[in-house]
Amino acid sequence: MDFTPIWISLRLASITVIVLLIVGTPLAWWLAHTQSRSRAFVEALVALPLVLPPTVLGFYLLILLGPAGTIGSFWVELTGNTLTFSFLGLVIASTVYSFPFAIQPLQTAFEAVGKAPLEASATLGASPFDTFLRVASPLALRGYVSAIVLAFAHTLGEFGVVLMVGGNIPGVTKVISIAIFEQVETLTYDQAHYFSLGLLIFSFTVLFGVYTINRRMPINRT
Amino acid sequence: MPTLRAFFLILAALVSSSSVNAQSVAVAVASNFHEPMQKLARDFTTKTGFEVDLISGSTGGLYAQIINGAPYDLFVAADSERPTRLATTELGMAITQKTIALGQLALWSADSNLIDRLGLRILLDDSIRFLAIANPSIAPYGKAAQQALNNMGVWELWTDRIAFGQNIAQTYAMVVTNNAEIGLVSHSQVISSKETGSFLLIPESQYEPIRQDMILLKRGAHNVAARSLLKYLSSAEARTVIRRSGYLVTD
Repeated sequence: MDFTPIWISLRLASITVIVLLIVGTPLAWWLAHTQSRSRAFVEALVALPLVLPPTVLGFYLLILLGPAGTIGSFWVELTGNTLTFSFLGLVIASTVYSFPFAIQPLQTAFEAVGKAPLEASATLGASPFDTFLRVASPLALRGYVSAIVLAFAHTLGEFGVVLMVGGNIPGVTKVISIAIFEQVETLTYDQAHYFSLGLLIFSFTVLFGVYTINRRMPINRT
Repeated sequence: MPTLRAFFLILAALVSSSSVNAQSVAVAVASNFHEPMQKLARDFTTKTGFEVDLISGSTGGLYAQIINGAPYDLFVAADSERPTRLATTELGMAITQKTIALGQLALWSADSNLIDRLGLRILLDDSIRFLAIANPSIAPYGKAAQQALNNMGVWELWTDRIAFGQNIAQTYAMVVTNNAEIGLVSHSQVISSKETGSFLLIPESQYEPIRQDMILLKRGAHNVAARSLLKYLSSAEARTVIRRSGYLVTD
């Protein structure tokens, strides 16, 4: 039995979550505090992957990341490699695909922190960055936990996008969902059972853990 | 009460499928054969008045659906293995199994002179980043592609430069979008596409024949439309359509 698809999926989900936190935190912060009229526009853009079929995302990403596409051609010029059919391409695709699952909980959490603690912190002479790090972030911890778990689980479960962008290359882009699909198609149901059941138990445990933590970790407003 | 009645009527209309009447035939067709099948179905409907519903997918996927009770009357596969397996069970009507077409493997590139210039030698070119083939464990064209690459002694050159499509249609898409410079696709796709590009046929000696078999399923055994379609598909005119679509036809 080949366990590499599991490893690839876990690695993909972890890296995607890290990228999403780095990109998503400032954006969610901005969305939570801006008065700008472009806010609704950005929010709609962020939510798109929620409603679009993965095939639409996959199709556009295949073209955009391909050697003839805007991003893909730039990358080929830079490195000589293509983005499609590569692990990096999967990371980009997954980041887009799981974007709302990281941004929305963060934004909600930042909004829940409210203005008062931030203003108090500023009055006491803390820099905006300090305020963010020592006041807002701890208060928004629940949002971070939700964002991490949801983005991780969602990336683990993705299928359509990776199928189109990844090229199903064993050891590189063949993730667990595709491996299961293939096992079902080739009627190797016993292997499909191992992977599917494993994914099911894993997903449930993670979600159960999050809900338990969330219950014990109420937002403590002061 | 009338409101409630109307509600249930609408609900009933929504859940009932459009293909329940006996005058239609549901055909599960391998995705590579979808296009010729569409042409054949149109012609068949004009001639007989029977409606044809086409459900396309990978041969393996459709097979899995059929053994799990999918409501299809006729199965047009991209191999002979799955229909043969169905023939050994009560799900397939063994005597109706027949090879409808022989698939031809084509080496294709979206670049309009890449393959014309180099011919088969392009398979020795290590500057090509990706060769797309269909997944050999799922798709018959993928299996044939693997055999051909093996027989030509170049499989080892490509092992880490092959992108796998889940079916021949996805494989084709990889090449059209230039994500793979070349691909082993079906001749019929090359013929039916309006894309510019270059191709050559892989010699048939390099791979086992891609037999596309059809078989009448248990559900269609007493369906007049299904029986009549089966007969039509063996007719001379149907065979001409199939040949023009890029397949070989057996006698």
